[in-house]
Amino acid sequence: MEFVSPEGLRLDGRRPMEMRQLRAKIGAVDKAHGSAYFEMGNTKVIAAVYGPREVQNRSQQLNDQALVRCEYTMANFSTGDRRRKPKGDRRSTEISLVIRQTMEACIMTHLMPRSQIDIFVQVLQADGGTRSACINAATLALADAGIPMHDLVTSCSAGYLNSTPLLDLNYVEDSAGGPDVTVGILPKSTKVTLLQMDSKLPMDIFENVMQLATEGCKAVANYIREVLLEKTKERQKFHGV
Amino acid sequence: MLQNKSFVRKTRQGKVVKVVREHYLRDDIYCGAPSCQVCDTKDARLSSSIPSVLVLDTNVVLNQIDLLENPAINNVVVLSVVLDEAKNKNLSVYNRLRALCSNSLRNFFVFSNEYHKDTYVKAMVGESPNDRNDRAIRVATQWYQNHLGSRVQVLLITNDRENKRKATEEGISAETVESFVKSLGQPELLDLLVRPQSDDVHMVDSEDLRPSKRKVIYTEHKPMSEITAGLHSRIYHQGKLRVNRYNPFEAYVGSESIGDEIIIYGRPNMNRAFDGDIVAVELLPQEQWQEEKSLLLADEEDEPEDDVHLVPASADDAPRVANPVEGSDGTMKSVASRPAGRVVGVIKRNWHSYCGSLEPMPMPAGNAGIAHALFVSKDNRIPKIRIQTRQLENLMDKRIIVAVDSWDCSSRYPSGHYVRTIGQIGDRDTESEVVLIENDIDARPFSSQVLACLPPIPWSVSPEDLSNPIRQDLRHIRVFSVDPPGCRDIDDALHCTAFPNGNFEVGVHIADVTNFVHSGTPLDEEATQRGTSVYLVERRIDMLPKPLTEDICSLRADVERLAFSVIWEMTPEAEIISTRFTKSIIKSCAALSYVEAQARMDDRRMVDPLTADLRNMNSLAKIMRQRRIERGALTLASAEVKFQIDTETHDPLDIGMYQIREANQMVEEFMLAANISVAEKILKHFPVCSLLRRHPSPTKEMLEPLLRTAGAVGLSLDVSSSKALADSLDHAVGDDPYFNKLIRILATRCMSQAVYFCSGDLSPPEFFHYGLAALLYTHFTSPIRRYADVVVHRLLAASLGIYKLPNIFQDRPQLTSIADNLNYRHRNAQMASRASVELHTIIYFRTRPTDTQARIVKLRSNGFIVFVPKYGIEGPVYLTARGEKGGGEWSVDEQQQKIKKMDGSVCYSVLDTVNIHMEVVEPQPNRPKLQLTLV
Repeated sequence: MEFVSPEGLRLDGRRPMEMRQLRAKIGAVDKAHGSAYFEMGNTKVIAAVYGPREVQNRSQQLNDQALVRCEYTMANFSTGDRRRKPKGDRRSTEISLVIRQTMEACIMTHLMPRSQIDIFVQVLQADGGTRSACINAATLALADAGIPMHDLVTSCSAGYLNSTPLLDLNYVEDSAGGPDVTVGILPKSTKVTLLQMDSKLPMDIFENVMQLATEGCKAVANYIREVLLEKTKERQKFHGV
Repeated sequence: MLQNKSFVRKTRQGKVVKVVREHYLRDDIYCGAPSCQVCDTKDARLSSSIPSVLVLDTNVVLNQIDLLENPAINNVVVLSVVLDEAKNKNLSVYNRLRALCSNSLRNFFVFSNEYHKDTYVKAMVGESPNDRNDRAIRVATQWYQNHLGSRVQVLLITNDRENKRKATEEGISAETVESFVKSLGQPELLDLLVRPQSDDVHMVDSEDLRPSKRKVIYTEHKPMSEITAGLHSRIYHQGKLRVNRYNPFEAYVGSESIGDEIIIYGRPNMNRAFDGDIVAVELLPQEQWQEEKSLLLADEEDEPEDDVHLVPASADDAPRVANPVEGSDGTMKSVASRPAGRVVGVIKRNWHSYCGSLEPMPMPAGNAGIAHALFVSKDNRIPKIRIQTRQLENLMDKRIIVAVDSWDCSSRYPSGHYVRTIGQIGDRDTESEVVLIENDIDARPFSSQVLACLPPIPWSVSPEDLSNPIRQDLRHIRVFSVDPPGCRDIDDALHCTAFPNGNFEVGVHIADVTNFVHSGTPLDEEATQRGTSVYLVERRIDMLPKPLTEDICSLRADVERLAFSVIWEMTPEAEIISTRFTKSIIKSCAALSYVEAQARMDDRRMVDPLTADLRNMNSLAKIMRQRRIERGALTLASAEVKFQIDTETHDPLDIGMYQIREANQMVEEFMLAANISVAEKILKHFPVCSLLRRHPSPTKEMLEPLLRTAGAVGLSLDVSSSKALADSLDHAVGDDPYFNKLIRILATRCMSQAVYFCSGDLSPPEFFHYGLAALLYTHFTSPIRRYADVVVHRLLAASLGIYKLPNIFQDRPQLTSIADNLNYRHRNAQMASRASVELHTIIYFRTRPTDTQARIVKLRSNGFIVFVPKYGIEGPVYLTARGEKGGGEWSVDEQQQKIKKMDGSVCYSVLDTVNIHMEVVEPQPNRPKLQLTLV
């Protein structure tokens, strides 16, 4: 199948190095300590953060750092065919773990010993790249909750189809079965906190694709910073400072 | 830069699902005119000198692609909506259009109107997709007119009346193809036009519109929905229609749903399906299975044409299992076992253009120069095609190409249009080109991009090659090559050194083509496409450009060349002790021909080291050959012929069987061994992406004709395994020396052909090579003339860790498609070689009517098929004149395989020797054919 036309356009009209439209909103769940809504094209996710708060299960309590927990779910209506998504299936357990580890890398957990931070992410609409979108939403929600972090974590995916590296795969491109590299970085230091790949790629092409994904992460970070800045200004006004 | 607009689409995947996809509209899509002030002109493709721009409608693209390929049509904007529609409706048209768009000599520009912010059109409520697309085309045309201003005239070409009307209403200049072509003032272009369907544009001639005159000859095809439903409920069966090469009124449909081939007798049952079409078939009631066949024999006004042709080399070329011969009293002696059916609908057409000539006919008087003619394809599986032409007298004695457009159920023949002329009928160059076109062989010179990949000439081994640690210096070894005389593309050389302990070091050195042909270069892509060199009688069509084929890669004598070597240590009993593979530098000391090598071995007085090497190798090869035969390898025979060609006129001077000597077998043996060693090595390292070659075991049905013939002469063959068959072939000695070879030739044509495949696609037991009785086999030894060997060279280099494996090996579907293409090209190359030999046979016998001996290989109701060993050809000999149905004079005994005269005076049985007379006759002007008659 032709994923990039000879004119250099992808199926949805993007060029290979272009991301989908990003949209973000801080504060989507009032009850949570911090929350955010994040869109990458038609992939729409919501994240809510509770904590730091008392550890619910004492046996899990850590005395030198905070306990970070994460739960990833997909709404029943998130894909076209309405099917009941079992909670705790393999895929969502794995993604939960991936998000938890990625977020743990940037949260200053040592500042909050004997406490617990819960991150809930839910996919409202799935169109490829859900784990990237979830990480981006979680970053925003953590920032909204005021949890101390070393840096933002942002994530983006890239693939390799028709001998072309493609940034930010959508569902059609993702299900082509080609290589799919998901990268998460700390944008200030460009340290990699997440790196996953499906399928295989030769080393030199892999580096190109990963480089592309990293550039994507940086673009997401710029956008997230803008959103945070805007929100801060809004609050400033609200508090009359 | 990004404007988001998501839209909703409904697709059907078993159930109705709503699919939402993003659709980004852009402002950076340019118009492609080089003079444009606003747009980026970097990728502009349109010409600045022509003041008009054409925009094509989809129906024009789908129907008139032959016209578009004519250079007269230029400066065209192809809209992406048109491309998408073409892609969905007809992939081959899409590919041809894409080729036009990327051809730098033509000004075809693709405008992605679907992604442009100003030309994107959203479907309105209640608007059909077709209307929406038509509107999109009009909007884009309007945009072009506004964008380019009044300096340039933008013309919409459409054959859709409704679209044209709306366009004119909206102020867009629009024309039909006919009026546009007429305005160009080139009448010969009108021949290229496909005559429009009557519902689009008014038919100019009214002859077909009188319904009373119309007679329905074929049954109407069932609508697609009914076919799909029928396939589901197993009333209909889907499969590819294959027309019998030797009898165009008989076709087969291989159906998975009933696990057998369905036979289709006669054109009415074939119901306008062409060879290669995917069709839906309905089974006839069982009692009609026989009836249909006899009907066919009595009914058809044209009789199946039997021509003299070359001896088939494998079951794939041979005629299908013969019709059980009809008894003289008209009763059937065998019961039909195979289901018969009729075509109810065509699911996918396999129409393309065909080579042939016009049927001779008297010149019509007047009629404004437009004449209707019948086109007869060279490929007799294709029915005659009705065309309309304005240059009839011109085309009468020409070979032309014609494309099929439609086949109405009231018309006996399909209608088509003229595409181009190849040349004079009977002219050798023309006929050779016909052979190439028919077999889809690309004989064009290599493009400049391809030639740019070649190393500079004169080329010699560089110091870098010498110092390269992966390359072993073998220049001190006495290497030599043995090839057919006059061979310029020498891709293999050998050496054999005796060790003091009595063992031998034997090396096979293969030209290191991959050192020059790198993966992903234009040169490599061209070679992938060509797949193999093609050997015609008078010329060779190379897979790689000449400097590589004949010089840089060719392992000629006394020059240093790069090679890829397989080196064994062997005991004098030809047991392989060790195998190693290495890239090397060699210097061949002699390029021998088979005759020379044989002469050296035979001449007892020659005691030079080279001859000693040859003798050592020959004794090793004999042992290896013996062992291979014991394992069950078949020694099959073919009737290859060789022409002696006049160097000036290129006319054949002499014709004879190709003689196989011990030297040939010696070289062959070592090549087989090298291929097997390489196959084992690459499969070990790359179990799922190796390119191997397999030869499927023949089925019972395929061996059936052989057994019947053998049975008639009192020979029983054991076909339970290749070993058993090989043994019984060895024991098949008759009273004359040629008998054994004849039986072997008959056996060969029962086998299917060996094929390339990707090791990941099949399971290991299927890798077996039946003919060679080898568990694994591949092609490694001829990289100059076969692309498969190039692929294998890359695999072997990667398995040694010398080079990285190119990326395509990661992609299994692509590897499979390469293997399929290689099989296709390989087969076509063989067909072309055979056709070329047949052509030269006719040229040879044109001036030399000959009497010779022939052997009967098959019986017919009105004669028999004979095989002429001396010239390697096969053809029919008629005992009764054609047209007279048997006449009751001759009767065929199916069991005994005998044909008897009624009064018992004359009797011929299969494998008998007969004397025949061979002569070229011209039953129709310009249609020479070879005729065999009994002396």
